[in-house]
Amino acid sequence: MATMSTTLMNEGQARTFWQKNRVLITFLSAVAVIIIYNFIRDQRITTAVLSSALRQSTPLVLGAFCGLMCERSGIVNIGIEGTMLLSAFVGFMASAYTGNIWLSVFIGVGAGASMGVLLAYMSVTLKMDQIIGGTVINILAIGLTGYFYQQGITAGSKLRAISIPALSDIPLIGPVFFRNPPITYLTLILIVVLHLVLYYSRWGLRTRAVGEHPRAADTVGISVTWVRYINVIVGSCLAGLAGVYLSLEAVGAFERGMTNGRGFVALAVMLFGKRTPFGAWGAALLFGFASALQTQLQFGGAIDIPHQFIGMLPYLLTILVLAGFVGRTRDPKALGQPYTKE
Amino acid sequence: MSEYALEARNITKRFPGGVIANDQVDFSLKKGEIHALLGENGAGKSTLMNVIYGLYSPDEGEIWVDGDKVQIANPNDAIAKGIGMVHQHFMLVPVFSVVENIVLGSEMTKGPALDLSTPREKIRRLSRSYNLEVNPDAIVEDLPVGMQQRVEIIKALYRDARILVLDEPTAVLTPQEADDLFVVMRELTDKGVSIIFITHKLREVLAISDRITVMRRGKVVGTTTPQGKSESDLAAMMVGREVILQVEKGGAHPGKTIVEARNLSVRDERGLLAVNSVSFSIREGEILGVAGVQGNGQTELVEVITGIRHPESGEVWIDGRKVRLEDPRNLCEEGMAHVPEDRHKHGLVLTFNLIENVALNMYYAPPFGKGLNRNEEAMLDATEMIIKQFDVRTSGPWALASNLSGGNQQKVIVGRELSRPIKFLVVNQPTRGLDVGSIEFIYRRIIEERDKGVAVLLVSAELDEILGLADRIVVMYHGRLVAEMPIQEANKEKLGLLMAGSSLEEVEEVVPAD
Repeated sequence: MATMSTTLMNEGQARTFWQKNRVLITFLSAVAVIIIYNFIRDQRITTAVLSSALRQSTPLVLGAFCGLMCERSGIVNIGIEGTMLLSAFVGFMASAYTGNIWLSVFIGVGAGASMGVLLAYMSVTLKMDQIIGGTVINILAIGLTGYFYQQGITAGSKLRAISIPALSDIPLIGPVFFRNPPITYLTLILIVVLHLVLYYSRWGLRTRAVGEHPRAADTVGISVTWVRYINVIVGSCLAGLAGVYLSLEAVGAFERGMTNGRGFVALAVMLFGKRTPFGAWGAALLFGFASALQTQLQFGGAIDIPHQFIGMLPYLLTILVLAGFVGRTRDPKALGQPYTKE
Repeated sequence: MSEYALEARNITKRFPGGVIANDQVDFSLKKGEIHALLGENGAGKSTLMNVIYGLYSPDEGEIWVDGDKVQIANPNDAIAKGIGMVHQHFMLVPVFSVVENIVLGSEMTKGPALDLSTPREKIRRLSRSYNLEVNPDAIVEDLPVGMQQRVEIIKALYRDARILVLDEPTAVLTPQEADDLFVVMRELTDKGVSIIFITHKLREVLAISDRITVMRRGKVVGTTTPQGKSESDLAAMMVGREVILQVEKGGAHPGKTIVEARNLSVRDERGLLAVNSVSFSIREGEILGVAGVQGNGQTELVEVITGIRHPESGEVWIDGRKVRLEDPRNLCEEGMAHVPEDRHKHGLVLTFNLIENVALNMYYAPPFGKGLNRNEEAMLDATEMIIKQFDVRTSGPWALASNLSGGNQQKVIVGRELSRPIKFLVVNQPTRGLDVGSIEFIYRRIIEERDKGVAVLLVSAELDEILGLADRIVVMYHGRLVAEMPIQEANKEKLGLLMAGSSLEEVEEVVPAD
């Protein structure tokens, strides 16, 4: 009797796991099959598209992490775009003047942090409307980078890809995952780290509590102000890293407006991923894939569609995602509301 | 060792603007007692408790815990001194599990990771020793209100609270849940916990407390024991004069049916069916009371009847004419008056003066409207009339509505609604947050309207109010009207069970009709 009921119970649990994740599992299996099929047909292009997808997704993942850290603590950050742009610029300028690439990464991320301080000061301390606060940052970044931008400056170097011995020789997986530059590796690690922090650490519990019910957190002695400041600043550092990725790792140069809306796409990615780190990564890969495909189609010339239309692909996806999914995600209860003590 | 668990000596707290919320207040809590703190809204109970819990810092005075003078600058200090507070609005994160809510703020860690298994065990131990059954892994928003309150109590005990402040704990409970709470409170004091019980329900005070301290206008009026005291003694202490608690009401003489609601269904903000195919009718000169625990669809029902919210389906007829529910002006013109639940949100424009507020729903029609202009004189006259007739304490008709006390604001609304010919009066929580004097007045006016032949719909979370005023009672549970009975067949136990979801047949077995 006893064994029978245990088996039944286990079956019951197994069924719920499958039921809970069946859509995801089916989807992932389908993706795997498509990738393998294409890989067999054309190794070179499949590998190129996938590794490009991963790299294109990097700034989106980092930007989405910025958004989710802020929003989980109750602050709307629409200044991700501006933060990225400013960091890309500052990182690049630092690289051009010091020639030290790692120092420049650090300085670029620092610029992101300063934008975080600014946003936190406006939205937490001054209790300003957070949308206005984010807009201030976006406009500030466009203005500053445009004003100080000098043509003809070149950076010393850019971050190079590092091949991980042995692992990088695996077909398909090797070139896609193990032949990347440092910030891309770092991002992959950050997905796991952020997931653990958010759901299995004291800080994560407090962050989510502050985003859902700040007064409850306050009455048990948690400083709402402190939690929000730190989340916004650390989040903005990640957005800064995304900017540095663009200027020092992906391109190796700075151009006016080079973020090109990625900060806003990152917000869509964050929502599509339901404000979870792995969800955001999955969503970012989808967007990265759309960008990679777009590039491939343009240069491959296989299809006779004007490149302007193909170029729309990632943005079209953003609109579809925002229209279709935003209403269905559950916002943190205190999102966008400044906290006032009684 | 001191005989007292907690003493507040000479506490004075002034707020900006010169309001003295606590004026040299002395309060002492003996070990293992239940001490009721009684007073009207604004008497300074909450201020005193917030001082004790470290949310406010007092301008003068001292707090002593266990015979030692202590400094309490923030909730952390209070928790460290063994003071726990169960707030009226629960301080629980709805999407968190019970254990996550309880550990929040005093988490244990294993290295960098959060440790939930040790706390889970401690919670199980606590629930066993205090008879507070709760599943540590349940998600808080799935739990009934009584259970959530239990989580709050365990949260305080988890932090080793020896002094427990319960702020209006019964406001959100059914009578049966309240009885359960009283059993728990006794259990706690038997184990050495001392309890401060804040409330304005006199009956409960007499039933459960060991000592009673009454506050009025920021001062302690006196401390007494429940022995030999009646509800009216306590009410007199609270208000400072004799008050009539029982509503004097003659029999109803219902005439023809005035109001008929058919199959009303409404969705709330989340898209859930808050009101599910509700039908009722009210006759001339009759008060229909809607009883129910808050959040069972009463608010939505009233909002749809009064045109604030759009119905999913259904219709309302007033005096044989179908009204346009999406058009509040039409409702108003068909003879409906509404005293809303939230007087700040739906009753008044706080930044307008009384004259403008009085003219609010009829500004366009004579006598207030005059061609393209307003007839300022008529508006002023009407306002002065209301101030006089309804005994509104104010500096004058030009005072801003925000400067009036809650009771006087409510009188302005009632005055405005009752100063025109009406057939149907909807009142929702008419006395919430009012002092005993104003309550008496509002009750009298509602009954006067009934006697004039108006059909009245009374929605209230206070059972005493429903039982005192209504002629016929319906019970609302999960968006449906689950029972209907004339006042003669109604009593507290019966309504309490119905409000908790029992069916009328079940209830009739438990509580025989008397």
